[in-house]
Amino acid sequence: MPVPILKQGGVLIASIQTAVTDQDLVQLQDDLADKVGRFRSGGVVIDVSALDVMDSFATRMLRNLAHTLKMRGATTVIAGIQPDVAFAMVELGLTLDGILTALDLEEGFDMVATPSREDDHGVG
Amino acid sequence: MSAEARVPIQRDGDIIAARQKGRDLAAEAGFRGSDLTLIATAISEIARNIIVFAQRGEVSLSLIEKAGKRGVLIVAEDHGPGIPDIEQAMRDGFSTGKSLGLGLPGARRLMDEFEIISQVGKGTVITMRKWTR
Repeated sequence: MPVPILKQGGVLIASIQTAVTDQDLVQLQDDLADKVGRFRSGGVVIDVSALDVMDSFATRMLRNLAHTLKMRGATTVIAGIQPDVAFAMVELGLTLDGILTALDLEEGFDMVATPSREDDHGVG
Repeated sequence: MSAEARVPIQRDGDIIAARQKGRDLAAEAGFRGSDLTLIATAISEIARNIIVFAQRGEVSLSLIEKAGKRGVLIVAEDHGPGIPDIEQAMRDGFSTGKSLGLGLPGARRLMDEFEIISQVGKGTVITMRKWTR
């Protein structure tokens, strides 16, 4: 099942809802690389809070995805890694060096949200 | 109560089925919280190993008991090309390019017992156990 992508202002939000297959993650990378260009998005939040396992493949995919989007000029935040999942990732030796992480979707969104045009007018 | 499960591994979606079965069985054995995630993650790594190197195989899961302790036994078997250099494959960071090279050594760290038997041209059998504390 493809990962749905929502557009919220200048930010794209991808909520990984269930256990995703490898193919879904490859598809997500393609979709996001395309959409950050189409919508001129400066930030992307990947919500992984529903994932009960992040193995070496999933971690590599998310890392590659964040680096790919950076090449396209967008900042990516991985949000919502669950405590048990974080623990297992550390035991496995997996890292997300150089990649932004956030406690949850809300915090991740705040990290990459850029002021909207209305805000600019408000400040004068 | 199902004390045993066999999951054929033929496509990447089967990896998810294997680790969910493993999580269910581990809960039945009495594992809790983070141990369930560690077991599911180890299963994910060895099941992926089958997909990447052998294309097809099987993961079987069962409840075990020893000296009053309960545990889970996980066996991943394939008839793929085999691993020419097991010592190298078990080293952190050794990768054939399709992963981070942490799959097998990582799975070993997550479990209590880990054995790997491989014959070039015949296939690979990985046996892992974890015991409740």
